Amino acid sequence: MKKNMITIDGNEATAYIAHKLSEVIAIYPITPSSNMGEFADEWSALKRKNLWGTVPLVIEMQSEGGAAGAVHGALQTGSLTTTFTASQGLLLMIPNMFKIAGELTSTVFHVSARAVATHALSIFGDHSDVMATRSTGFALLSSCSVQEAHDLATIAHAATLESRVPFLHFFDGFRTSHEVNKIEQLTDEQLRAMIDDNLVHAHRARGLSPDHPVLRGSAQNPDVFFQARETVNPFYAACPDIVQKTMDKFASIVGRSYHLFDYVGSPDADRVIIIMGSGAETAGETAAYLSERGEKVGVIKVRLYRPFSVKHFLKTLPPTVKSIAVLDRTKEPGAAGEPLYQDIVTAINEGLAEGSAPYNQFANRPYPRVIGGRYGLSSKEFTPAMVKGVFDELAKLEPKNHFTIGIVDDVSHTSLDYDHNFHIEAPETVRAVFWGLGSDGTVGANKNSIKIIGEETDNYAQGYFFYDSKKSGTVTLSHLRFGPKPIRAPYLIGSANFVACHQFSFLERYDVTKYAAPGAVFLLNSIYGPDEVWDKLPIETQQAIIDKKLKFYIINAYEVAKNTGMGGRINTIMQTCFFAISGVLPREQAIAEIKHAIEKTYGKRGEAVVKQNFAAVDQSIANLHEVKVPQKASSTITRQLPIPEEAPKYVKDVLASIIKLDGDNLPVSAFPVDGTFPTATTQFEKRNITLEIPVWEPDLCIQCGKCSFVCPHAVIREKLYDPSYLDKAPEGWLAVDGKWKEFPNTKYTIAVAPEDCTGCGLCVEVCPAKDKTQTGRKAINMASQPPIRKREAIKWDYFLSLPEVDRTMVSPKSVKNSQLLQPLFEFSGACAGCGETPYIKLLTQLFGDRIVIANATGCSSIYGGNLPTSPYAKNKEGRGPAWSNSLFEDNAEFGLGMRLTIDKQQELAREFLVQVASEVGQELVDGILNADQTTEAGIKAQRERVALLKQSLEKSNNPIAKNLVSIADVLVRKSVWILGGDGWAYDIGYGGLDHVLASGRNVNVLVLDTEVYSNTGGQASKSTPRAAVAKFAAQGKAIPKKDLGMIAMAYGYVYVARVAFGASDQQTLNAFLEADAYDGPSIIIAYSHCAMHGYDLIKGLDQQKLAVQSGAWPLYRFNPTLASEGKNPLIIDSKEPTIPVQQYAYNESRYRMLLKSDEQRAEALMKLAEKDARNRWNLYRQMAAMIYEGDEKG
Amino acid sequence: MVELSTSYLGLSLKNPLVAAASPLSQKVSTVQALEQKGVAAIVVYSLFEEQITLESLKLHEDLMRTSDTFAEAHTGFPDLGLYRMGPEPYLDHLRALKKSVEIPVIASLNGVTSGGWIEYAQKIEQTGVDALELNIYYLATDVEINATQLEDTYLELVTNIRQRVRFPLAVKMSPFFTSLPNFAKRLTQAGANGLVLFNRFYQPDFDLENLEVVPHLVLSNSEELRLPLRWIAILFGKIKADLALTSGVHSAEDMLKSLMAGASVTMVASEFLQNGIDQATRFLDDLQSWMEAHEYSSVKQMIGSMSQQAVADPATFERVNYMKVLSTYTM
Repeated sequence: MKKNMITIDGNEATAYIAHKLSEVIAIYPITPSSNMGEFADEWSALKRKNLWGTVPLVIEMQSEGGAAGAVHGALQTGSLTTTFTASQGLLLMIPNMFKIAGELTSTVFHVSARAVATHALSIFGDHSDVMATRSTGFALLSSCSVQEAHDLATIAHAATLESRVPFLHFFDGFRTSHEVNKIEQLTDEQLRAMIDDNLVHAHRARGLSPDHPVLRGSAQNPDVFFQARETVNPFYAACPDIVQKTMDKFASIVGRSYHLFDYVGSPDADRVIIIMGSGAETAGETAAYLSERGEKVGVIKVRLYRPFSVKHFLKTLPPTVKSIAVLDRTKEPGAAGEPLYQDIVTAINEGLAEGSAPYNQFANRPYPRVIGGRYGLSSKEFTPAMVKGVFDELAKLEPKNHFTIGIVDDVSHTSLDYDHNFHIEAPETVRAVFWGLGSDGTVGANKNSIKIIGEETDNYAQGYFFYDSKKSGTVTLSHLRFGPKPIRAPYLIGSANFVACHQFSFLERYDVTKYAAPGAVFLLNSIYGPDEVWDKLPIETQQAIIDKKLKFYIINAYEVAKNTGMGGRINTIMQTCFFAISGVLPREQAIAEIKHAIEKTYGKRGEAVVKQNFAAVDQSIANLHEVKVPQKASSTITRQLPIPEEAPKYVKDVLASIIKLDGDNLPVSAFPVDGTFPTATTQFEKRNITLEIPVWEPDLCIQCGKCSFVCPHAVIREKLYDPSYLDKAPEGWLAVDGKWKEFPNTKYTIAVAPEDCTGCGLCVEVCPAKDKTQTGRKAINMASQPPIRKREAIKWDYFLSLPEVDRTMVSPKSVKNSQLLQPLFEFSGACAGCGETPYIKLLTQLFGDRIVIANATGCSSIYGGNLPTSPYAKNKEGRGPAWSNSLFEDNAEFGLGMRLTIDKQQELAREFLVQVASEVGQELVDGILNADQTTEAGIKAQRERVALLKQSLEKSNNPIAKNLVSIADVLVRKSVWILGGDGWAYDIGYGGLDHVLASGRNVNVLVLDTEVYSNTGGQASKSTPRAAVAKFAAQGKAIPKKDLGMIAMAYGYVYVARVAFGASDQQTLNAFLEADAYDGPSIIIAYSHCAMHGYDLIKGLDQQKLAVQSGAWPLYRFNPTLASEGKNPLIIDSKEPTIPVQQYAYNESRYRMLLKSDEQRAEALMKLAEKDARNRWNLYRQMAAMIYEGDEKG
Repeated sequence: MVELSTSYLGLSLKNPLVAAASPLSQKVSTVQALEQKGVAAIVVYSLFEEQITLESLKLHEDLMRTSDTFAEAHTGFPDLGLYRMGPEPYLDHLRALKKSVEIPVIASLNGVTSGGWIEYAQKIEQTGVDALELNIYYLATDVEINATQLEDTYLELVTNIRQRVRFPLAVKMSPFFTSLPNFAKRLTQAGANGLVLFNRFYQPDFDLENLEVVPHLVLSNSEELRLPLRWIAILFGKIKADLALTSGVHSAEDMLKSLMAGASVTMVASEFLQNGIDQATRFLDDLQSWMEAHEYSSVKQMIGSMSQQAVADPATFERVNYMKVLSTYTM
């Protein structure tokens, strides 16, 4: 039978099996497992059937805890049920996992294993999540590769039915879940042969039914619980043999053979590494390589980790072994060793004690030496060189135990040294590395190339993709391998035959050619022609090209893209060039295959897309040139430091390495012990990611502040200053007279940070001032950045040196005034044109020097807190937002905890204060206790009093005084702001949010509502509006958006506002000021336009206006203070809908795509959406018209 | 009983009232209702090649914008499989209309590329509709392009399409030609079986508050009738093509005038959009009553009866009439 070879990633390989072998799938998005749920949902939406001919029912839950609960319920009623998750999601499933296992219920949870958040969150892969489930009673089955994920998923589904032990099938997050590899797809016939329907029937028969009622889930007392708990032992004892039997059955059907423990290497090895996951693939390949060269080494790949079969393990271990290294991809601080290590030690000791261990023939050491080590946390690279390093360590007389490999630990000195130049790559494997930008389509094109080579030729192919953590100007690195043999190399390419740099500017910042092997091909996207490009290269790049004898090609892909209407997407062009010069395929065949792939991938989006891409392919080759390489490097350009010289030492020593993608080389000592980092560091990361920036035209400017207000990255700012500062102003400095009555005789300047701008253009869109003789010219216009970058950077630096406005002199109540205040959130990595960050920036302008922020996991925690740098900044007094992210689900409670501390410490400080009156004077005590801190002036005065207090008590020996000094700062007003997206507020964190709002405590909640889970790729939340398409709502969401504001208003004492800054900046400002002023809980639900809405975000403000005009997003403020005054607390700030919802919605692909795929359904849902808007408006209008009784009357 | 039947593009119509290309044809049920109200034929809204292309490219761009840009979100949207982005939805709609109504269905097409015009015209013919109205307009904004070049573009297009399809073709014209009769004649020589006078365009307007140019479409009124009325009267009998009058037909009186000028049919959209499709019945009743009252026996009898060729003073249509109008007011 011809094998069906496909090129997919580990998630798809796994989800394919899970979908085939399940009836109910309950899911919740979490990186890196989200795709599995998305595939399942899409396939069910497309009516793809499972093995029994029915379409699996897929449901998205509000959290992983919810998903696990639903899974448990579906299992208890007899469905074949599965779920997908990782990391924190898996932790949330643990309570149900205990139950499911305790009840001996057949199921498989598929987990793309990911680091659990500790000192920091990490989305990347290790086994800390899986290891946290060891005690649940689930079987733990590990896959090392994409093919294995496909195969062992099947084995897990089959074995769980027979053993009744639930299975957790896992593979490494990203490294396997996101690696694209060529695998053999199992057929329905093979799957059919693997699954015994009698066992399925038995599973169903155990399901709860009133037709044969039973009770399951009783409560038990000390008399019986213990005994009852021990009843499951025979099932766990039988499980390993059942799994092996299933593996053997699989081998007989499919031909691929697996064992509970698989051994690779020399049969008489004296050194053995024991490992599981993708690292086992690397270790196995390295052991095979070394043993072929005479080294007596071997590797045991652990597949069934739980139930751990000592018997099978000991049988696998070569009797000749002298030393063993057990590698764990997890860390358990304080343990005697990491979990796999402990299990191996235990197994060997048991074997020795019981006499079943095979290696007691060594007289001088009757048992092998076992050492444990950690590797690969958070997807840290694990290479053959590291494996060799561990084998070398094992050869030592006294090898280091509890070691680490892959890092430099200069603190505890755990790390092993190894030879970085050791490689085992097969020479016939073509290795290619591509540098790209997230937005230029490089990764997508490379995925396409892998499919072409993997599926249209006999070659094997592998792809793995790296992204930095920014959402705008993302640097991507694609690592591709092609070759005649299956590619088992789950690590990055160190030495490539082909290196492409799709962005010329990268040469300035990164060592792009470091991946190039001697004699490799180097392809560069260059606006400079073959005769002029050489002089434009940094000297380091020139030298590398000469030293490595690289064959150097260039193409002006931008030009080709422009001529063919491709815009900024150079993917197809660079892909064509890759095939044209890499020699992977004959040129003609390659071009035909590219075109075929274009038709296959894009054809369903219309012929125009295909034609456009075809044109790009056709024009690419003609524009490809080989560059004659001179013998000497002569450039005057040098690669730039990633940060300026004047940056703080920590930034220069540590963060700079991360910025230049060199963080792997930082030692342990470079890092804080508790995850605490300085803020205000994005200012040093001059990213220069845009070719266009705004330029101010002072003669037209009306000083309204709107450009500054809407800027998502705080790169446009305004200042009023004394005219004397003009004397030292740099060349080209622009200024006009300030138009503020309260600041007479001042100059006014709008400045732009040229190297931090992302070029989104929102400032130009919002600018209301137009030239009367040429209306296309505004008071701010986009201009080419490179020619003015230097001049504008000098101006920006001077601008920053000007004094900030005296906050006590400015009433922040107008938009115009608010923009004189310094933003303390700047240059984040958010998307260009982000609709969330203007709110956060405003928050920091208004209250930034006295707020603590609790930030739910999501977009805002990534652009707010992902290394290397922090966008939260400090003012000249050193004050600014203090920020922390706990989890996704607990953010409201986390923020409330912060409030409780402040409340308690304020109470305590006030108690102490009266006790030190004799030392500091009653007047100061009274001043502090009775301070009015409702204004900036009041806060300033209180700060001065507290400073005086601390000074007065500085030398006091009174223990109360010392205590007071330790908390005195809390006497100055502090606000707690709880930030997060709609996934948090409407779904996973809703229970906590509700409780926190109900608490009555003075916390402020800001919901950055994008109406989808933006960070994980656009999954539907309960905020997703009716008729919009999102993942898990692929057919358009059938039910309306949850009215979170209405629920909050129901408490009566919660301040609630619904805002959209693009529709009304003033209303937004009012809401922020009122929420902060309100002495109780407040929540602001903020419309945040988002890339996940599917349109060019330059139109974000227009869409906000249309959302409001159509009634899809009514604006209101519900202020309980008004109710106590006898007024209706609800003020509707927007007008009755004047346009249909569809006039707003169909500008966005999230709505329009349904119209194009299922017009009838789209129209039906849109009709309901129109009704939703009208009904909601009518309801609010009636509420706003109600008569309220004030407190006095009540 | 008067005879209301007429013929247009070789099609026999029960009366001269045709629904012009407009959103009214977007729903099969509306077209069925129009048929019930007595409308004799329907011109379906236009298939716009440019729109098809732009929609396709825009969706692609929107989907690509969120693809493979960030480690956590490799895509931003679910894959909905096939998108109906090409001409197929329009062609399906034509097929559905043909199945649902007895009256002739005339498709309408606006192309961009030469290949697009021909490909789509052929596909439209294959749906079995009765005729095709070519909705051609090239707005000359380039100072280097002269009138002849522009006119030749139109003629080449009509010739090319004519060579590749067999069903009747009408050309919906713009009134902005220097020598409209000559151009009309050449269009018929290129293969147009009918001319529709005139196309109405979105005209940009200015938003004075925001200093922005905004697209603007106002529905027609009876005042607009006089422009096509004159040109139909001038063209009638001079070219070998049926004439259709569209723009400004808001009453039976307007229909009568159009027919008398020389139109074989009158096309109505604005009136139906403004006052409902019941107006069709009213038009036809009024038309019949007027004809009975004035003892006309058939529509055919009156077509062209007040054309330039037929009136007592043909020069009436040639004068700009300015003097007379003024003197009328002063009298």
